[in-house]
Amino acid sequence: MASIFEFANPKRFMNLSGAVLPWLAVVCVLSLGAGLYLGFTAPPDYQQGDTVKIMFIHVPAAWVAMMCYGLMAVASLLGLVNRHPLADVAAKTAAPLGAVFTALALITGSLWGKPMWGAYWVWDARLTSFLLLLFLYLGYIALWNAIEDETRAARAAAILALVGVVNLPIIEFSVDWWNTLHQGESIIRSGGPLIAGVFLWPLGLMAVGYTTLFFTLWMIRIRTEIIERRIRALQLGIA
Amino acid sequence: MEAFFAMGKYAAYVWPAYGISLLGLGLAIGFTLSAYARAKKRLAALESGK
Repeated sequence: MASIFEFANPKRFMNLSGAVLPWLAVVCVLSLGAGLYLGFTAPPDYQQGDTVKIMFIHVPAAWVAMMCYGLMAVASLLGLVNRHPLADVAAKTAAPLGAVFTALALITGSLWGKPMWGAYWVWDARLTSFLLLLFLYLGYIALWNAIEDETRAARAAAILALVGVVNLPIIEFSVDWWNTLHQGESIIRSGGPLIAGVFLWPLGLMAVGYTTLFFTLWMIRIRTEIIERRIRALQLGIA
Repeated sequence: MEAFFAMGKYAAYVWPAYGISLLGLGLAIGFTLSAYARAKKRLAALESGK
């Protein structure tokens, strides 16, 4: 039976990702293009006016930021338990991307909050836990850079990533657990979405676009790291 | 067209949000692709040098 670990073989990963990458990039460009078109032709919201256009880039960035952390944690666990080097590479290369998407979610959210709430920033549960997500990413990256030995760096960073996982449900449920300015779950909920189709379509397409962009970049970063390790191995062989 | 850029008096929030997103994602794409190209080039040079 084919297990996930067969694809975790670096050589097989190079073959598989090489075949998948062009398609992923095409889906990314098409969905971002269609999402932006539908987003900018959508009418203003009756309450939020044209600030609703910020939603199309804010929600996908936040979604990818959290998904990326989840994937990074799973990869860290596999690296820690199964000692699989590709798992460590996957976790390491995801972190900078996660940090970018998290920062974008925070900044676009802030630019949405000012006209709607009257403040760029409030220390409420959703915003604060999301800021913590950014610090977790930055701490993770710093830890990798601080430890010279790669195996030890991978282990220390993996433990940090796993401890930080507790923040994901806190972000997710913060809008239910605490009183917060941030609106509650309005897309995936029992009783159906609370968003009109005219906004839901561009939002969905942008989410697909952001997600495929993340996977495209992640795969390229893993490929880069595999190539760099091969270079190091060759250089050791030559020297 | 003017109405489009005005974003119903929210231009000062909508356009910077799109601008910073474009910048952030553009930088991520740029760094990722340039590191990839550099690594491939170095490997090719090493392998042909053998």
